Amino acid sequence: MNQAIQLPDPWSMPLEQIDVSDTRLYEQDAWRPYFARLREEAPVHYRSESPFGPFWSVSRFEDIVAVDSNPQDFSSEPTIIIGDLGDDIPFEMFIAMDPPKHDVQRRAVQPVVAPQNLAQLEGLIRSRVTDILDNLPLDEEFDWVERVSINLTTQMLATLFDFPFEERSKLTYWSDIAAAAPEMTGGDVSREERVAGLTECLETFTRIWHERKGREEGFDLISLLQRDPHTADMVDRPMEFLGNLALLIVGGNDTTRNSITGGVLALNQNPAEYHKLRADHSLIPNMVSEIIRWQTPLAHMRRTAARDLEFHGQQIKKGDKVVMWYISGNRDETVIDRADEFIIDRPNARKHVSFGFGVHRCMGNRLAEMQLRILWEEIMQRFSFVEVVGATERVESNFVRGYTKLPVKLHAL
Amino acid sequence: MPKITLIEFNGQDHTIDAEPGKSLMQNAIDNMVPGIDADCGGACACGTCHCFVDEPWRESTGDVDAMEEAMLGMRPDRADNSRLSCQIQVSEAMDGMVVHLPEFQM
Ligand code: HEM
Ligand code: FES
Repeated sequence: MNQAIQLPDPWSMPLEQIDVSDTRLYEQDAWRPYFARLREEAPVHYRSESPFGPFWSVSRFEDIVAVDSNPQDFSSEPTIIIGDLGDDIPFEMFIAMDPPKHDVQRRAVQPVVAPQNLAQLEGLIRSRVTDILDNLPLDEEFDWVERVSINLTTQMLATLFDFPFEERSKLTYWSDIAAAAPEMTGGDVSREERVAGLTECLETFTRIWHERKGREEGFDLISLLQRDPHTADMVDRPMEFLGNLALLIVGGNDTTRNSITGGVLALNQNPAEYHKLRADHSLIPNMVSEIIRWQTPLAHMRRTAARDLEFHGQQIKKGDKVVMWYISGNRDETVIDRADEFIIDRPNARKHVSFGFGVHRCMGNRLAEMQLRILWEEIMQRFSFVEVVGATERVESNFVRGYTKLPVKLHAL
Repeated sequence: MPKITLIEFNGQDHTIDAEPGKSLMQNAIDNMVPGIDADCGGACACGTCHCFVDEPWRESTGDVDAMEEAMLGMRPDRADNSRLSCQIQVSEAMDGMVVHLPEFQM
């Protein structure tokens, strides 16, 4: 951990010096007061220098909804993370496209995660969850991140892509490196490793694509892309193909993984909430939304101003980076009561910004919720408690909010 | 107060005394009609208040603006009579209106 330099005091430091892109805020879990001050004193805040260049921060719930629903003024091109895309691999993904191109591409892949399809998947997901949980040791310390969170989300991904099951750990690896270059979000994967890994990803999926070609049945993502006329030849546009793969792999992996871990942590920190859950399992769906709000698996999305405009009295110039801090919107007391608290039976728990809003609103939100719901239903059937028994380690990133380690011990019913 | 009937996908119907001036979404939520999530609280930004307006009342519900069109466009079950219920302001002209709810919101 990089604790040599102490973080500045959030309330007394000059406002303009606050830099919420500093990855230490997240690794040390120290971000709350910095955003509390921005929400109060500078809802549209300019930071003139940072490792990611100058940027505006939007920190209030309502303002985030406004920016997210206005793609004309706030463009998703060229990229949606605070840093710049490395020029090593010129990805093309619809999360980083504006309408109308975005809409065409999203419509082509959306059916795979439509609730109608998910209903078909529920049984398979439940059997995978059951398998994983039944093979965990009781009364013995192990790492929840590795044995449950990563394992489960990787199996889910393999299912969605109908990817060779024995090679599924590759999916996790590609997901880890896709958005982890230092210039992008402050991660620590070298350019060489990223290029090599993503090249292998593209080659592997291109091979799978050709093997699968002409197959009539199958509701996996590759088959669906092949059957839709808009995307049937996507394999011939490698950067678009790779971009969509990376989007679905990262979208469906890190976020769900960290929500699985975050839920265990939140319930350990809030024993009263855990007692509510034990007493009433029907709270699970509502709790799932609360976990996703509390965790906020993606801390931000970035936009780029498409013209000069004024917002909360600030002059934003065409080309400026505008960062929507979801992590802050989810703690906005003016919209969410007792926003810093984890309350599993919170009314209106679905009203959070973790999935974003507008045309880019998370495509996989129902899938993520379903996975978490099934997991907690099955945990309740097996264990009296998932106890955290050691220190958590957090990801050093201002984008992915997650954990690399969570030591736990399981107690029998 | 105009009476509006919302019919769930499974056929279960709910007739409510709607309050003019409020959105159809808000009226449905206030009357505990299931099948509408309204995650964004009516900002036309989530698409989880989708419904289908029966033909005779389509005109009374007004036009679909560009933003609503964009959100509706993301729905796999989008139909000609698709609307976001948070974008429909209830009026007296909607007395007797029938609205169908989709199988799923997303
Ligand atoms: C708890 C889990 C998840 C969280 C918190 C999450 C969060 C997000 C956020 C914040 C966005 C951008 C929204 C915006 O710009 O307004 C997004 C977009 C997206 N997510 Fe998720 N996500 C999750 C799970 C998933 C899963 C399981 C998938 C798998 C299919 C997925 C696929 C996508 C895709 C494809 C997009 C791009 C949508 C677009 O640009 O139109 N996500 N997600
Ligand atoms: S409530 Fe979100 S779009 Fe209508």
